[in-house]
Amino acid sequence: MKYLLLIYGDEAGMLNASKEANGQMLAAYRAYSEAMTKAGAFVGGHRLQPSSAATTVRVANGKTNVLDGPYAETKEQLGGYYLIEASDLDAALSWASRCPGAAHGTVEVRPIWTM
Amino acid sequence: MLAVTKAGDERIHATAEAAARRSYGKLVAFLAARTGDVAGAEDALSDAFAAALVDWSARGIPENPEAWLVAVARRRMIDAARRRRTGADAAGHLQLIAEELASETPVPDDRLLLMFACAHPAIDPGIRAPLILQTVLGFDAAAIASAFLVSPAAMGQRLVRAKSKIREAGIPFRLPERRDLGERLAAVLEATYAAFAEGWSDPAGTEIRRRNLAEEGIWLGRLVASLLPDAPEALGLLALMLYAEARRGARRNARGDYVPLAEQDPALWDAPLIDEAEALLLRAGGMGAVGRYQLEAAVQSAHVVRRRTGQADWTAIERLYDALMALTGSPVVAINRAVAVAETRGPAAGLAALDALADDARLAEYQPYWAARAGLLARSGEVERAEQAYQRAIGLEADPAVRRFLQRRRMELR
Repeated sequence: MKYLLLIYGDEAGMLNASKEANGQMLAAYRAYSEAMTKAGAFVGGHRLQPSSAATTVRVANGKTNVLDGPYAETKEQLGGYYLIEASDLDAALSWASRCPGAAHGTVEVRPIWTM
Repeated sequence: MLAVTKAGDERIHATAEAAARRSYGKLVAFLAARTGDVAGAEDALSDAFAAALVDWSARGIPENPEAWLVAVARRRMIDAARRRRTGADAAGHLQLIAEELASETPVPDDRLLLMFACAHPAIDPGIRAPLILQTVLGFDAAAIASAFLVSPAAMGQRLVRAKSKIREAGIPFRLPERRDLGERLAAVLEATYAAFAEGWSDPAGTEIRRRNLAEEGIWLGRLVASLLPDAPEALGLLALMLYAEARRGARRNARGDYVPLAEQDPALWDAPLIDEAEALLLRAGGMGAVGRYQLEAAVQSAHVVRRRTGQADWTAIERLYDALMALTGSPVVAINRAVAVAETRGPAAGLAALDALADDARLAEYQPYWAARAGLLARSGEVERAEQAYQRAIGLEADPAVRRFLQRRRMELR
């Protein structure tokens, strides 16, 4: 099965983190992505620009509304994602628990809808 | 001729029903473990049972009714998958079932795997016990709803949602990894105990459904203990339930009045059940991994010592509650510990232990706290405060028999 790991975290905390802390985080993510790739679990994944760069679009009555900002203004924002291949939920959860972001924020695990 | 046919029909109905009762959970587990689809397995099985009544009436009861039911149910699942699904997903699904069709081996027992799926941490804790009752034991949503005091519609919805979650999230049907086993087993045991406790909470045994629930809880406990004979907490939980069940008859007198444990007649306790519980607890203790259920069962064991000595072993009980307190930090345990302290060191010491809990806001609504307090105040001769505490306890009690008991105690103060 395929699962999406959605990494939510406190953006302000991330932006205010020290240089070393940021470096450590990047290194941890690099190692994590590598381990996933070597295990054949990695399908895709990216870090996202902060939610200040987000724009939302909604179409109502034929009119397109474009708004500055993310879908919801919350303290924890989506900061990145991984698309993984895992045999079952337990395997996906075990990858999610190893994600560096899980130690600072929250990782949501969502199965991909198969057509 | 007609009479013969009728007798034959009854026999077929009885066989089908017996097969249903005995095999239901096993067959659901077998089918669901291979497809991840609990609801689909249940639907296919209920079709298979209906088909059995027709087919067995015409052609007689097959040699292996279980295998017959599985074969029909699998065919139904394949049909349903063909209708519902398309593409690669359907191919995988069909292959899973077809692989099993080729094998001639007897139906393996996957009920424990089904229980682990139902008690998975991704499933809402409150629905785990109902889900196990439905899938492993075949209880319908209405029966479960009445036992858990929620509306049948709400219970039905929550069960459907939980089954979809198992399928859609890909919750596995297998024994958890070793590092997860302890925690996952705890969830299975908790759900089992919840089923038992729902039944046990009808002390008079007047509600058949609830009474059945206690028996089914023990049945599940026996199943888990037999499938995981090296798990001490599984044995501990079974022992705990057997001790409690052994005292069912002694909890009410002939007039239906509540009889507290300390005043029960040990002759009314079920001796074989207690002996079985003691043996289980001994075996669990030898495995060297103490846990909540073994400690609670050991408390029960220290109570039933009264069978032989005429006196509960309160020193042991206090020590066991100390250990439970360290393990759980539960205010309920703290109350029981205070009652034990009152027995070993007198009512004043027991009251002091209860006073230490007074800051816990949850206790304001907790009947046993006020009943324990009232009892200890009465023994210390503090009649007025005892009366007030009984009043609180009476106001918080839902069981009329226990309420009458508390009212009588309050009257006896003066």
